[in-house]
Amino acid sequence: MHDDRLVIAGREFKSRLWVGTGKYKDFAETKKAIEVSGADVVTVAVRRVNITDRSKENLLDYLDPKKYIILPNTAGCYTVEDAVRYARLARAAGVSDLVKLEVIGDEKTLFPDTAGLIEAAKILIKEGFIVLPYTNDDPIVAKKLVDIGCPAVMPLAAPIGSGLGIRNPYNLKIIMETVKVPIIVDAGVGTASDAALAMEYGADAVLMNTAIAGAQDPIAMAEAMKYAVHAGRLAYKAGRIPRKLYATASSPIEGML
Amino acid sequence: MVEGMQIQVNGERRGCRVGSTVGDLLRELEINTERVAVELNLEILDRKDFDQRGLKEGDRVEILSFIGGGGPREGDGEMEACIYAR
Repeated sequence: MHDDRLVIAGREFKSRLWVGTGKYKDFAETKKAIEVSGADVVTVAVRRVNITDRSKENLLDYLDPKKYIILPNTAGCYTVEDAVRYARLARAAGVSDLVKLEVIGDEKTLFPDTAGLIEAAKILIKEGFIVLPYTNDDPIVAKKLVDIGCPAVMPLAAPIGSGLGIRNPYNLKIIMETVKVPIIVDAGVGTASDAALAMEYGADAVLMNTAIAGAQDPIAMAEAMKYAVHAGRLAYKAGRIPRKLYATASSPIEGML
Repeated sequence: MVEGMQIQVNGERRGCRVGSTVGDLLRELEINTERVAVELNLEILDRKDFDQRGLKEGDRVEILSFIGGGGPREGDGEMEACIYAR
């Protein structure tokens, strides 16, 4: 689908499946799953370098930054101050101005603190960051994020790592109709049909981590997700038939005995 | 390790030669500066300044890099513990 590329803030993305790099058994499995998924955007977290054991391998030795768009997140940040600090550190570590902004509100649900998110986004946008905000499935918040300059929004389907699938498809639909920027459904996908549904609803991309990394066979699931996102996108573009309560015959009546 | 003054690197105290720079510290730790961010007393340093920025007694240095991550629970948890403590 070369004529169907996703563009955010002037950047072109080949894949509509974006993947996280956490929770894999080892870097080799991470690499293989990402290759099979066909994703060209991978999220990473920013953490302290292990200074006592330098023999530890680095994730980016396995993921060529020339081949993948590295999207640092502010995962684990519960305050505006921390999220802004981590975003700045990510930029200083030298990948790009892109940041997946997370300001987490609660440890149990990992739902976003949307008030903090908007505040942190304002600060970072002023500093030239391209802020992709991880947000709730709330159309009003999505609109506010776009109004302050976010070039895309990333509403959740369900809590991070929950695998519950799309809990509120109608809100996601409203977000898609409310804002005119790309929507990346982020978090909560459990299996391939969830990803396909998100794309059928009209999402521009889907981001997932646990659904692949936590599957019994992550590599096989990565492949399933690749096809699901592709199929969902094609179906969305093809335009589905309306739902009707009663049957409509597919075979003509004419010519019957 | 040459003793001289005490600094804190990623939360751990360590000795450091008087007059050494951030660049010296990174070389001593065998850290490739290509994809790291360094914070000196909460100030994020520009990579090109590593060799200019001198260290002094009691300095707090944080050296960070990218690790696998998708959601907030991932990572090694060290920095999270630090966040909760603040």
